[in-house]
Amino acid sequence: MGMNLSAEDFQTITLTLQLASVTTMLLLLLATPVAWWLAHTRSVWRAPVASLVALPLVLPPTVLGFYLLVALGPNGPIGQFTQWAGWGTLAFSFWGLVLGSVVYSLPFAVQPLVNAFEAMGSRPMEVAATLRASKWDAFFSVAVPLAKPGFVMAAMLSFAHTVGEFGVVLMIGGNIPDKTRVVSTQIYGHVEAMEYSQAHGLAGVMLVFSFVVLLGLSWFNHRSTSHSNTRHQKAGA
Amino acid sequence: MTLRLMLAFASTLFGVAAQAGEVTVAVAANFTTPMQQIAKAFEQDTGHKALLAFGATGKFYAQIKNGAPFAVLLAADDETPTRLEKERLTVAGTRFTYATGRLALWSKLPNLVDDQGEVLRSKSFEKRGIYKIAIADPKLAPYGAAAMDVIQRMGVQTNVMPKLVQGESMGQTYQFVSTENAELGFVALSQISIDGRITQGSAWVVPQSMYTPLKQDAVLLNAGKDNAAAHALLKYLQGDTAKAIITRYGYAL
Repeated sequence: MGMNLSAEDFQTITLTLQLASVTTMLLLLLATPVAWWLAHTRSVWRAPVASLVALPLVLPPTVLGFYLLVALGPNGPIGQFTQWAGWGTLAFSFWGLVLGSVVYSLPFAVQPLVNAFEAMGSRPMEVAATLRASKWDAFFSVAVPLAKPGFVMAAMLSFAHTVGEFGVVLMIGGNIPDKTRVVSTQIYGHVEAMEYSQAHGLAGVMLVFSFVVLLGLSWFNHRSTSHSNTRHQKAGA
Repeated sequence: MTLRLMLAFASTLFGVAAQAGEVTVAVAANFTTPMQQIAKAFEQDTGHKALLAFGATGKFYAQIKNGAPFAVLLAADDETPTRLEKERLTVAGTRFTYATGRLALWSKLPNLVDDQGEVLRSKSFEKRGIYKIAIADPKLAPYGAAAMDVIQRMGVQTNVMPKLVQGESMGQTYQFVSTENAELGFVALSQISIDGRITQGSAWVVPQSMYTPLKQDAVLLNAGKDNAAAHALLKYLQGDTAKAIITRYGYAL
């Protein structure tokens, strides 16, 4: 298999990495409070909110993309807001893709964090409180370090999932070189234009990347669980 | 008398039943609506059933090459059927142009597009409230390539190019304009008109002399070689009923 990556192909790779990085950072900021709330609340709203967050897992990307396209348009709610704020409309722009990716990858950031916060239990925060740590202090110096594997997993999954995003980008991107043309849509373009050898090159890169990320996750998981096991054993001994 | 009628009726029924078949057709997405009507008329007139799959021509090409069981291809261009023909994936001598697409510059907003397309010569698009102009990806869709022809012929590249956004298909390009995410766009006349009337917004029907003709070819694929229904459908597409439906939706013949 020849690696026929053109300058345009590399451009799409750079853009994809930028999109995934920005999305991952925003997602961690957004998902942390949501996950914290989901892990601790007893509110009747817990189930509806958890379902809402998980929706992108089961909705076809075309549905998400279509709703986003309508919502971002000049008559849609988001479009009305962005125009009012003086940003114009977001479809066909990098920030439009960021918005779409945040929605699309949300469950991949929230779920690992919820798991991590739940596994931690309420003990550590209670202990911190008896030591008179403020809530924020306790959160950053106790909860965050304890939930670190959850954060790492959320970041890796969000990043990888955004890199693999296709349907949403196709619907709201507009395929503009250097602005909204990412690896997955470029591969699609190559295939549709019957440029199979170029498609192979980029698709190969994508395959290797995805495998490496999953392999990394697998190793990381194994390491962090075996670590905590030894810790427990020591404590028990 | 009654008996004779009944016999005639039975023989018709029997006759139809004897030759009624099924044909699986790959149809270019831009031809969706007219083809649904043609298939309905075809079934009424011949008893044959046409199973329609709609999609992008490039995707059909890949699928046909990899053994998809389509008997007939109605492509969005003439290149793909020609290519399949050269690769001996079609039945020789069955290719013909079933419709010629027509290009239109369209906006959802009334009065934005004039009937000469002068709006494309605007010095400042922003001042007229135009931020995005949608076309189909010229690499993938013949309508996109035709739109580029028009832009170049008018000599308005410098102003227009920075405003372009690309849809991967005509369906998507239409969606961009109809949701007003793009204020202007080059779409298929068939998407925005019925009986020669533009259904909403404003449009310029681009003169056919300004772009490479959008010939859409049909061809019998190897899978349909011995399928009577497939042969009948190709014949039906060239008949008056089909032609009337095709022109109704803004295609030339």
